[in-house]
Amino acid sequence: MSTIQDLRRILGTCRTLAVVGLSPQWHRPSFFAAKYMKEHGYRIVPINPSASEILGERSFPSVTAAAQALAKDGLKIDMVDCFRKSADIPPIANEAIAIGAKCLWLQIGVIDEASAAKARGAGLDVVMDRCVKIEHARLFGGLNWAGVNTKVISARRPQQLFY
Amino acid sequence: MAQDKDAGIGKRHEDGVDHEYAFGTRAIHAGAIPDPVTGARATPIHQTTSFVFDSAEHAASLFNLQTFGNVYSRISNPTVAVLEERVASLEGGRAALACATGMAAQMTALLAILKAGDHIVAASTLYGGTVGQLGIGFSRLGITTTFVDPEDPENFRRAIRPNTRAVYGETLGNPLVNVFDIEAVAQIAHAHGLPLVIDNTVASPYLCNPFTFGADIVVHSATKYLGGHGTTMAGVVVESGKFDWGSGLAAKNFPEMLEPSKAYHGVKFYETFGDFGYTMKARMEVNRTFGGALSPLNAWLILQGIETLHLRMQAHCRNALRVAEFLSEHPLVGWVNYPGLASSPHHALAKKQFRAIDGLPGASGILTFGIRADDAVKAGERFIDACEFLSHLANIGDAKTLVIHPASTTHRQLDEDELARAGVRPDMIRLSVGIEDVEDILWDLDQALRKAVA
Repeated sequence: MSTIQDLRRILGTCRTLAVVGLSPQWHRPSFFAAKYMKEHGYRIVPINPSASEILGERSFPSVTAAAQALAKDGLKIDMVDCFRKSADIPPIANEAIAIGAKCLWLQIGVIDEASAAKARGAGLDVVMDRCVKIEHARLFGGLNWAGVNTKVISARRPQQLFY
Repeated sequence: MAQDKDAGIGKRHEDGVDHEYAFGTRAIHAGAIPDPVTGARATPIHQTTSFVFDSAEHAASLFNLQTFGNVYSRISNPTVAVLEERVASLEGGRAALACATGMAAQMTALLAILKAGDHIVAASTLYGGTVGQLGIGFSRLGITTTFVDPEDPENFRRAIRPNTRAVYGETLGNPLVNVFDIEAVAQIAHAHGLPLVIDNTVASPYLCNPFTFGADIVVHSATKYLGGHGTTMAGVVVESGKFDWGSGLAAKNFPEMLEPSKAYHGVKFYETFGDFGYTMKARMEVNRTFGGALSPLNAWLILQGIETLHLRMQAHCRNALRVAEFLSEHPLVGWVNYPGLASSPHHALAKKQFRAIDGLPGASGILTFGIRADDAVKAGERFIDACEFLSHLANIGDAKTLVIHPASTTHRQLDEDELARAGVRPDMIRLSVGIEDVEDILWDLDQALRKAVA
């Protein structure tokens, strides 16, 4: 589920991201990642019960609460992106399945094989132990400018500009 | 041979798995997709100091490292970035940082994790310039180095102190061409929560990937085999991405990888960038502030060289082995030192660590020898003066064959003890065997040897 082709498809089709465990502090990795994704055209839905607003977006106490609120405007959460420890994942994965998300994404160091298998079984794409920002930057967003080995080898002209 | 990384080539497409490109393809392609604006297929030379910001907000995001992009060519540059990604790929690493020279690269690699009061354990057989940088240059900054004989890996363990923060060696020493036991020393370093830094200049990533044997950081003088034509200075630092800065002894040894950076407004490098956090720290805290940036034109010239690295290294190895065999049998030669020779004490380690060329360990193009003469030092000097097209100069890794007498040139600053520790015999002649027709190289060696003892 983490080949270059799969990641291009996931990041190309998921446009609304519920970010579970998004911190309001600017120097936290979750804030870095969500700010980056917002700047690259994704809608960010913060999931953090102790914040009311992060990155100018209303924060919700849970994925389910966010999905219900968005549904009133005819919007759906495409990806549930988890900045939580591995042990906290099972109920979040259940919520992701229940709201009909397309993708369950577990950040670097977050690994839960059982939840991943369950989500896959329910038809979700599952990406585990990867950072959504780093993968986007690797494939679309200029991570190569930081000297990182993107592993992208291609003779095709990219159809979008890095920025 | 130990590591035939191209064993998987020719594999057909497999669902769910990214195709793994072999070395030669990556030497030509890694880091260099067509330009998104113009479609230019060759890497453009972005000869500019600075890059415009789209808005104040964009500028702020860039300075906060919240988005990836270019600000100023002292920090990053798109042409230089192609070189960085290419070398990272060829080494099997996670990320790389290019610097103005090899010396700048090793300085940057070490200053990213060292401060006054810290200590390095390094091989005594390092290139003379590195011995000077670590032993004298760094000692002026309060960083001390203990040099140990690398023949016994346990010497590294014995020299580690509570304030040691790095272990340093060269895949192939220069000029001794001793082979460093990367795996053994990496285990010792890791047991103490320390990274092993390996200078892989002489082997080049084609012959050896030190990360495969447990090294954590690789440095290159790209001036040598990577560039390959003796035209351009450059250096590269590569990170494996596998060293865990965040736990165990390493977390205690390197709190500055985890704590908010004083040098870069509070960024926590390891937490934020994970397996390329070290490279980001080296880029933002060291190269940005110490000024060792590589010029885009030089990066481009090195890239041109790398496109033929795999072909050139095969030719260097074949020629060097032929020269070593020729000199071994020559009546005017007293001794020959080349790890590609089965008689070398380092041959077994070469077999383990280096890619096979024609079924034999590819031991790169450097070898040393001494002339059989009453006054071998004088004979050596006469030999060098008598060479017709072998170039007398202080470099290695050129397409041209190079010849030098280290004791009177590259290692001149070392005293007798240091020379002995570096294994530099007074009569030693160093050859960097090029890729000319080998029969011509043998002819020039032979005629110069005859003149040297006449």
